[in-house]
Amino acid sequence: MATEITPDKNDEAESIGEINKYDFRTETEAVFKAQKGLNEEIVRQISAMKEEPEWMLEFRLKALEIFESKPMPEWGGDIDINFQDIYYYLKPTDGQEKSWDDVPEEIKETFDRLGIPEAERKFLAGVKAQFESEVVYGSVAEDLEKQGVIFTDTDSALKEHPELFREYFGTIIPSEDNKFSALNSAVWSGGSFIYVPPGVKIEFPLQAYFRINAQNMGQFERTLIIVDEGAEIHYVEGCTAPMYSSDSLHSAVVEVIVKKNGRCRYTTIQNWANNIYNLVTKRAVCYADATMEWVDGNLGSQLTMKYPAVYMMEPGAHGEILSIAFAGNGQHQDAGAKLVHAAPHTTGQIISKSISKNGGRSSYRGLVRVEEGATHAKNNVVCDALILDPESRSDTYPYIEIMEQDVSIGHEASVSRIGEEQLFYLTSRGLSETEASAMIVNGFIEPLVKELPMEYAVELNRLIQLQMEGSVG
Amino acid sequence: MTHVLKIENLQVAVEGKPILRGVDLEIKHGETHALMGPNGSGKSTLGQAIMGHPKYEVTGGSITLDGEDLLEMEPDERARAGMFMAFQRPVAIPGVKMADFLRHSTTNVRNPERKEGEDLIPMKDFRRELKDKMQQLQMDMEFARRYVNDGFSGGEMKRAEILQLAMLQPKFAILDETDSGLDADAVRLASESIADIGREKMGLLIITHHDKLLVHNPPEFTHVMLGGRLVETGGSELAEELHANGYERIRAAYPEAEAENLAMAGE
Ligand SMILES: Nc1ncnc2c1ncn2[C@@H]1O[C@H](COP(=O)(O)OP(=O)(O)OP(=O)(O)O)[C@@H](O)[C@H]1O
Ligand SMILES: [Mg+2]
Repeated sequence: MATEITPDKNDEAESIGEINKYDFRTETEAVFKAQKGLNEEIVRQISAMKEEPEWMLEFRLKALEIFESKPMPEWGGDIDINFQDIYYYLKPTDGQEKSWDDVPEEIKETFDRLGIPEAERKFLAGVKAQFESEVVYGSVAEDLEKQGVIFTDTDSALKEHPELFREYFGTIIPSEDNKFSALNSAVWSGGSFIYVPPGVKIEFPLQAYFRINAQNMGQFERTLIIVDEGAEIHYVEGCTAPMYSSDSLHSAVVEVIVKKNGRCRYTTIQNWANNIYNLVTKRAVCYADATMEWVDGNLGSQLTMKYPAVYMMEPGAHGEILSIAFAGNGQHQDAGAKLVHAAPHTTGQIISKSISKNGGRSSYRGLVRVEEGATHAKNNVVCDALILDPESRSDTYPYIEIMEQDVSIGHEASVSRIGEEQLFYLTSRGLSETEASAMIVNGFIEPLVKELPMEYAVELNRLIQLQMEGSVG
Repeated sequence: MTHVLKIENLQVAVEGKPILRGVDLEIKHGETHALMGPNGSGKSTLGQAIMGHPKYEVTGGSITLDGEDLLEMEPDERARAGMFMAFQRPVAIPGVKMADFLRHSTTNVRNPERKEGEDLIPMKDFRRELKDKMQQLQMDMEFARRYVNDGFSGGEMKRAEILQLAMLQPKFAILDETDSGLDADAVRLASESIADIGREKMGLLIITHHDKLLVHNPPEFTHVMLGGRLVETGGSELAEELHANGYERIRAAYPEAEAENLAMAGE
């Protein structure tokens, strides 16, 4: 039975379907003993398990060196991670053997309140390795395939589309970029790989959970999206249910290429458990008249450091980042954005909204850079923070580097507290104080929420309501 | 049973500064009272205190609704008990749609025992009712999708307050200068809306500097506030007199209250 988890089979959809039939609770041993800690041996082991080509092994080993040589970032939040105390690949104790009874009561309750379907709950709580989406996804997959779209997990892509893969992989975010991109490059596993051929416009949001499995949602997932000329895609990852995991570190890398006249929107809504460090590197390059939009919602976690970036490489490129952060008790959201204007007539916009409550801390950290020669670049940054109580905190770190004269740059920042007058107005019309604060908070993020697919918007609003309960009075 | 709102010897301070210095007022269901008085005399303060604004500290006296102590209740409990105030300056809540807000508040006021998270009144019923009320006030349905008081014109804000009054159908309503900002047509529509709820089904306290609302809703009682006290009470003829002649006679007749009024304004 245990052999079913060997990587070679794992890489194929059919065998994943098979794994699904097993009752993981009775399964006691995975095929190889995973080991805690990080060293050359483990990296070699990961690559061997996956039967990767030589170049990928070298890529990983080089990244490991870089990871070891780089110091921890000195900005952002306090990171206290023992890298030797983490499993970097398939762990026998991870999820698969857990039973529903082991899932903490408050997580179950949250699922209830959010109205998460039964099938998804088990998956989200890590009880099940795979979300049964094949039925939903089947017809979609066929349709996409006909149009030449590749949508698969990243491990499979390396095997099935080696040339395309190698051409782009690691080109947008090199391992040297930062300590955590190096870590991800050394031990990555899972994630999504998408290629949209020229002129193909995918009309509906493509959701990560169509193809989700334990690996895809792993700690070190690696996503690569290539949107060819004139093509369009909206990709959605994550969900608003709390992601329950015994791992304390999540460090993903997401690379996106949007070619001439292409459009990509990448939406993330994540709600991590309170013990998680969520340190993610996301970057897109955008060519002539192409548009890249990041819509990024961050809830939960102990510390999130995430600054989606768009590099505008050719005239007419447009980059946009919408970010929402909600920091509750014991949480630090260090979120922001980065826009680089590397060509004339490029336009960019950052809208950031953060909410801090119950001693939570949220920071906006943003960089806008206009390179020499990027004349007529236009950029606008709006960041609004809402602080719900005196114990909570919000900071703004806007960095602006401009190497060109003829540009237009705007920056507005505001910090507000929930107004006594607003609360009184709403409560005097019969809303309880909790309902009223939740309504004000939902109103505060409404400009971003309305950009989300409907079901995410509804879930997010409900989640805010939940987060608000017990926070006042 | 005839509902009664009873205010006795009410004293209210803002940031330690006394504003109301002993107000007595009794409003029965079906009665319309006008509350007049110069700027800064304490009219809005009375409204805020009745609804329970946390900034307005009651330092003495009592407010009861059918014998129940309103002062013990949170603002939302007062609303659920049947109290309503149309704000002199309604507050903008960006991002919150009128319809969403109103559906919540209508649900809570109609089911005072409702707990957070319990069902709202059905969307279909609510929408039909809202549409009726909006048509009556000649408001475009589009209005329901706008954010609460956000970027509303002065008149739109006041219409929206009347719309809420019409939806919530309280036992007692305080209209704080609801007529200022409304054009003549809107005043007529607002009055029709009030007539539609039925004046006999509400106790009304109309705070005003104009006679617009009062012409359509002639008050049985007119009270004049000066320096945080009700210095005179009369019938609708008193309102007419004040509209015609202003407050000179009142100021002269109550020099002590006048001095307090000036002192409040001076600070
Ligand atoms: N929230 C507040 N903070 C500070 N002072 C206040 C506040 N509310 C009322 N006051 C003061 O109390 C006094 C009475 O104000 P109030 O608003 O009750 O007057 P009003 O009779 O409604 O006047 P108007 O006709 O101009 O609306 C004024 O001196 C005012 O400045
Ligand atoms: Mg007033």
